[in-house]
Amino acid sequence: MANMNLYSRGDRMFVWLNMFLIGVFALSTLYPFIYIAAISLSTGFEARAGNVVLTPVELTFAAYKYILVEPAFWRSYLNTFIYTIGGTLMSLAFIIPGAYALSRPQLYGRRFWNLMVAFTMWFNAGLIPFFLNFRDLGLLDSYFGIIIGFAVNGFNVILMRNFFEGIPQSFEEAARMDGANDFQVLWKVYVPLAKPAIATVALFCIVSRWNGFFWAMVLLQDQDKVPLQVFLRHTIAKLSDDQEFSDTLFTQAYSAETVTAAIIVCSIIPVLLVYPFLQKYFNKGILLGGVKE
Amino acid sequence: MTVENVDKPVETSSFAQPTRVQRIVDHLKREWQIYAMLIPLVIWLLLFLYKPMYGLQIAFKDYSIFRGITASPWIGFEHFHTLFGSEQFVRALRNTFIISFYTLVFGFPMPILLALMFNEVLNQWFRKSTQTIVYLPHFISSVIIAGIVITAFSPSAGIVNTVLGWFGADPIYFLTKPEWFRPIFIGTGIWQEAGFQSIVYLAAIAGVSPTLYESAVVDGASRWQMMWKITIPSILPTILIMLIIRIGNLLEVSFEMIILLYQPATYETADVVNTFIYRQGLQSGQYDFAAAAGLFNAVIAFILVMGANSISKRYSRTSLW
Repeated sequence: MANMNLYSRGDRMFVWLNMFLIGVFALSTLYPFIYIAAISLSTGFEARAGNVVLTPVELTFAAYKYILVEPAFWRSYLNTFIYTIGGTLMSLAFIIPGAYALSRPQLYGRRFWNLMVAFTMWFNAGLIPFFLNFRDLGLLDSYFGIIIGFAVNGFNVILMRNFFEGIPQSFEEAARMDGANDFQVLWKVYVPLAKPAIATVALFCIVSRWNGFFWAMVLLQDQDKVPLQVFLRHTIAKLSDDQEFSDTLFTQAYSAETVTAAIIVCSIIPVLLVYPFLQKYFNKGILLGGVKE
Repeated sequence: MTVENVDKPVETSSFAQPTRVQRIVDHLKREWQIYAMLIPLVIWLLLFLYKPMYGLQIAFKDYSIFRGITASPWIGFEHFHTLFGSEQFVRALRNTFIISFYTLVFGFPMPILLALMFNEVLNQWFRKSTQTIVYLPHFISSVIIAGIVITAFSPSAGIVNTVLGWFGADPIYFLTKPEWFRPIFIGTGIWQEAGFQSIVYLAAIAGVSPTLYESAVVDGASRWQMMWKITIPSILPTILIMLIIRIGNLLEVSFEMIILLYQPATYETADVVNTFIYRQGLQSGQYDFAAAAGLFNAVIAFILVMGANSISKRYSRTSLW
């Protein structure tokens, strides 16, 4: 951009007003998180009384102590890692080779196979048939079911396929000369070149796995297998109408509100830790999704 | 469909014209690896997405778990008659359209506005840090967002009622009031997604040729004028495409969030088709009836998406897929 001094006074006013409004929006995005963190560190009594606004009132770690000794909390945390890592690897294992095949001009019936993928983006059978199918396959209440059942997403396949199609044929010629087969060409030529696309798809998978809650809630009855989000949901629901908790207000330093807030903080922390690393992909990778058939 | 491997000599070249079967066999011999890579994907799609489509027939059947999908007796359109006679379903359908419509009206302009505003920020540090902040809620799960909303709007502890209290107002039980459900739900959605959605428009703005701005500066244009005369017209195609996509997905209300926020007291304004299906089917076990509601939903959604795609093809010559 050109030098600031070139701009008139009206322009400078405009620039400052704009910055102010953006600042307000950013703060309003940030505030709820600060508020929740403050509640989690306040006493239950003060939180219940609505005295927490920005900073902890009567700083205490009681809510964290309450939640961190809960084995079900750690169990669900571990489960979330299993689903996120296992699910993302499973997705890539289906999507990368599949998308490579779909990108090959010599694939017989290529239009048909591509349409088969695209159609799933336009029409899906809905919640009930999906659930009944899952049950008929015997995948209810299983780690494997959750990991494989959500592995493929048409959008991700097409995104990956488009990237492969954009890689010039000349890149693979040298490998072909050396007698490489398709598996070797994919692994040694295409996968390294497609790193941004793979990172994007992996990011989509990780985010949806980490945050996924609805199907985990529906498909898993065994509480030892539920991910963090379902545990969180159960706990929030339990706390909000649990008699035991309203009685603790005067005897304990925590309350339903502070415990809920503490769980929320605990489950956001990993996201915040990886967030700076994700950041650099937003502007490049994520926009590969200009999906075309 | 042609097989484009004419340059490679076919092994059976002693025959002047290999038969069709022979050509396919040769093709598979040579290219079996790409089919080996394709097959797992195809099997997955058949097993997890196409097989449920076969299961959709229970919408026209009296489904019983013991008989299974195929053996349950056909009953024609009975479930659909019940569906449209059901006040709850009609209400859910109405709520779906109302919530979608308001989400579109209030939620659609926000990311565009944000992108235009980010574009006017000259201080790169300020721009980067505010962008990082407003993208964040997109990566937070709906359970957590709902937890924050429930806490913030709680009648006793919540910050919203605390602030209202400063002005002498009585606490409002927001989440039990039907009239408050939609503003809270739609506002939460905008708060969570507007920042992240602005990325698309920022990319479009980044693609505008800098020479346009340079010549405008020479002509003495103000930043305000440049925004209206250069930036907005340049990103108009992107805006239109996003609008068409959005209309194509009009029925896609984020029902996960609704399940987390609604309660019987607010069903009146909050219950949408997918939450209705969830309760009738997955919670009450009326699978066939709920599948009928789902089929209706899916058909309407399909028509909308197809319509959106053909409109987009006609006007922008770029298909969405």
